[in-house]
Amino acid sequence: MRTLTLSIDGSDVTVPEGATLLEACKKAHVDTPTFCWAENLTPVNVCRICVVEVEGARTLAPACSRKAEAGMKVLTDSERVRHSRKVVLELLGSSVDMSLAKDFAPLRQRYGADPKRLAGETVAQPVKIDNDQFVRDYSKCMLCYKCVEACGTDAQNTFAIAVAGRGFEASIATEHQASLGDSACVFCGNCVGVCPTGALMFKTEFDLREAGKWDESRQTVTDTICPYCGVGCTLTLRVQDNAIVRVTSPSDSSVTGGHLCVKGRFGLGFVGGRKP
Amino acid sequence: MDLHPINALATDAERAAIDTVLGPPLADTTIPAAEAKARRTFLLPALLGLQTRIGHVSEGGLGYACRRLGVPPAEAFGVASFYALIALGERPAAFAHVCDDIACKAAGADQLCAELEQTQGKPAHLHHRADAPKNLKHQATWAKSPCLGLCEQAPAALVTVARASPVEQSFGHATPQRIAAALKGETVERPTLHLGSHGPRKLLARQGCLDLDAYRAAGGYQALRRALELGPEAVIREVTDARLVGRGGAAFPTGRKWEAVSKAAAHPHYMVCNADESEPGTFKDRVLLENDPFSVIEGMTVAAFATGSTKGYLYLRGEYPLAAQRLERAIGEARAKGLLGTNILSHRFDFDLELRRGGGAYICGEETSLFASIEGYRGEPRSKPPFPVQSGLFQHPTAINNVETLVAALDIVRDGAKAYGTGTKLFCVSGKVRQPGVYEVPLGITLDQLLQLAGGTEQPIKAILMGGAAGTFIGPEQTGMTLSLEGAKQAGTTLGSGVVFVIDETVELTPLLRRIAAFFRDESCGQCVPCRVGTVRQEELLHRLTRGGADRPRELALLKELGQAMRDASICGLGQTASSAIESATRFI
Ligand SMILES: Cc1cc2nc3c(=O)[nH]c(=O)nc-3n(C[C@H](O)[C@H](O)[C@H](O)COP(=O)(O)O)c2cc1C
Ligand code: SF4
Ligand code: SF4
Ligand code: SF4
Ligand code: FES
Ligand code: FES
Repeated sequence: MRTLTLSIDGSDVTVPEGATLLEACKKAHVDTPTFCWAENLTPVNVCRICVVEVEGARTLAPACSRKAEAGMKVLTDSERVRHSRKVVLELLGSSVDMSLAKDFAPLRQRYGADPKRLAGETVAQPVKIDNDQFVRDYSKCMLCYKCVEACGTDAQNTFAIAVAGRGFEASIATEHQASLGDSACVFCGNCVGVCPTGALMFKTEFDLREAGKWDESRQTVTDTICPYCGVGCTLTLRVQDNAIVRVTSPSDSSVTGGHLCVKGRFGLGFVGGRKP
Repeated sequence: MDLHPINALATDAERAAIDTVLGPPLADTTIPAAEAKARRTFLLPALLGLQTRIGHVSEGGLGYACRRLGVPPAEAFGVASFYALIALGERPAAFAHVCDDIACKAAGADQLCAELEQTQGKPAHLHHRADAPKNLKHQATWAKSPCLGLCEQAPAALVTVARASPVEQSFGHATPQRIAAALKGETVERPTLHLGSHGPRKLLARQGCLDLDAYRAAGGYQALRRALELGPEAVIREVTDARLVGRGGAAFPTGRKWEAVSKAAAHPHYMVCNADESEPGTFKDRVLLENDPFSVIEGMTVAAFATGSTKGYLYLRGEYPLAAQRLERAIGEARAKGLLGTNILSHRFDFDLELRRGGGAYICGEETSLFASIEGYRGEPRSKPPFPVQSGLFQHPTAINNVETLVAALDIVRDGAKAYGTGTKLFCVSGKVRQPGVYEVPLGITLDQLLQLAGGTEQPIKAILMGGAAGTFIGPEQTGMTLSLEGAKQAGTTLGSGVVFVIDETVELTPLLRRIAAFFRDESCGQCVPCRVGTVRQEELLHRLTRGGADRPRELALLKELGQAMRDASICGLGQTASSAIESATRFI
């Protein structure tokens, strides 16, 4: 394997050719925030929280997708980097409900971001409930494209959803806003599995939260193998009060890459008596 | 890939509209994935076929386009909803797009719009929300539009009448009467175009040559002959020695671009002409495309020869119907006379090109967005590297050039780099000058000289917008600046696409700034956070600032912070420059 050496915050790091700056940062033990990146999806580099400063470049570069080059000098905590990350957090926090995005609060702290400074128009809108499997609350959608990728060539190859509209009005949609049941959707739930903000949520979880009964302290998380077919997908079951409330698969699983089909995702509801 | 079909059926008229664009269907069976990939490039032409002939894209129409092209319906909807000229709900067949952008505003567009409201009713709000109710029927017959590239004859309008043989016309000196006539399908005259120059005309030397005989009589196709004699390497050397830089705004050296493509290992190579001209205040390319279409075709052919490209695309903004007609005709004639096709001018050189029309999206002028648009995807730019010379259209090495760049290259190739000297450039002078128009001047004269050419101003100048909405405002004390890349840099501004928009004391600056902020908000593709949300916050901050009563120092500081992040962290030039004009103007407000 051919390697190359670059400098991250002043220390030399050697990475394989083709590695991204994100990988190089990891190797240099630099913690880089990401929202739209995931190890099992093609990088779209749209959220811009991961930007770093490359010496000599006019603009900052997205670490998640920019390839490392020999001799590059990268700064990950410069004034410019901190400023852009802070403003990105403020722009997101002021326009999207990020309350369930798990990295958001710590990042706000880390960068001293105060979304209230940039308060203004938001993407708030009614929750879409058109099936029994999952709900779509696009007030929480940060437009990270992950669900679109999971539904498309990165996993499911179903193409039921896509980004529609433009600019601040852009949103995730089916054709002419058809309900999921009338669309190509096969209810594999892979979009739900990758959504970082809780915009896509299993109906079980949504109902419990609505009823004020969602309680992570009463939940257990167990890994098991899906009983339905011979593929043997790894399942991670989150259980509350003897009912399965969320089914995921580890994104580093060699069998699933984090993606499942409708049976594993929603067909286990009978365990403990809850209907799917 | 098995596509889930849309259940709604297309009407006969909708099927006919799409078949006119795509040709008759062969066998409407499942399309193999590889085949669908190749067909996807016809998605936007098919959608525009529906729009221009039916007047909107219905569920049934979209479904039929998807079946014919093998495109997933959700993705096709994502594409259709990206473009401002495409309506997703039913609306009257005759529709007017009335410009209320900077030059038109300075020429009374707001008054015009108010009068139109009296006669035509309220305008449609062409927002880009995809969640407008299904099957919504809109009654409005008009909408406000960003710059239509007719700024020298402001205020301007584009009127389309959807029918089997569509009527599309754009014109300046718009009045409610002229718009009403156009909505009835009547032809509306355009005012005479004003052209001027300082010294001999080169770029504007062949204006009005609409057929091949006239074009040849004016010296047309001498450059291509010379190129074929010289060979690709020598052509690139001349262009490099002439130090020609791109006229699309980024000022990249054209010779270097052509050389990189010619040397790229992967084949085929593509030659793309960027005729998406949508930067507010810009109309120079329109003048070349409409009145000298063969120069653009010859320029593309020379560039294709130099870069080893056999296929070209001319991407024309959707709002230029007259240019489309004239180009269509010129391409046909060039093809018929063997100037496009195989063995051009009896040399072993093959090249042909396709005209593609945009759907109303400023962002599609950004090169990578333009590629995505041709490929049948949403016009979303992508990060560079890789650059188009390595991986451009269809992921192949691509030379993409602005219209004026290609026409400038003709003189260089024909007469040699020495004779070209420092070259000339087109400026789009609009606003409060006595004679707005396109002016060809040698680089190096002063802005004052250019303004004198345009007849000077009647009132004292308040400010001048240089380079368009992505450029900056300068004050009247700066008109001594030299019009060159270095001169602009020294003056802290940019030549950009050649916009010189002049406002005097009779024009209010605040509404123009608000329009610019609205422009970027409307035209952001929506992909990246700094631009998608940043352009909205910028607009809100500007409104607060200009309403007065705000905590001015705080709002100004926020605007600056926001601008910094947009410049640094946005994916493409749109977000990176969206704060430029506004920040430069805060000293005036
Ligand atoms: C938002 C945006 C819009 C653009 N619009 C145009 C355009 O309409 N026409 C154009 O020639 N270049 C436009 N450009 C510049 C192109 O990306 C590209 O640099 C140019 O086509 C290269 O041609 P040139 O080197 O001949 O100038 C735009 C860039 C951005 C960022
Ligand atoms: S559930 Fe599966 S098929 Fe349905 S939208 Fe999500 S990823 Fe696509
Ligand atoms: S719904 Fe979730 S996964 Fe999809 S774009 Fe929005 S935030 Fe990302
Ligand atoms: S900067 Fe704006 S236009 Fe460019 S990619 Fe980002 S959102 Fe789209
Ligand atoms: S994580 Fe890199 S841009 Fe989103
Ligand atoms: S045509 Fe109206 S501003 Fe250009």
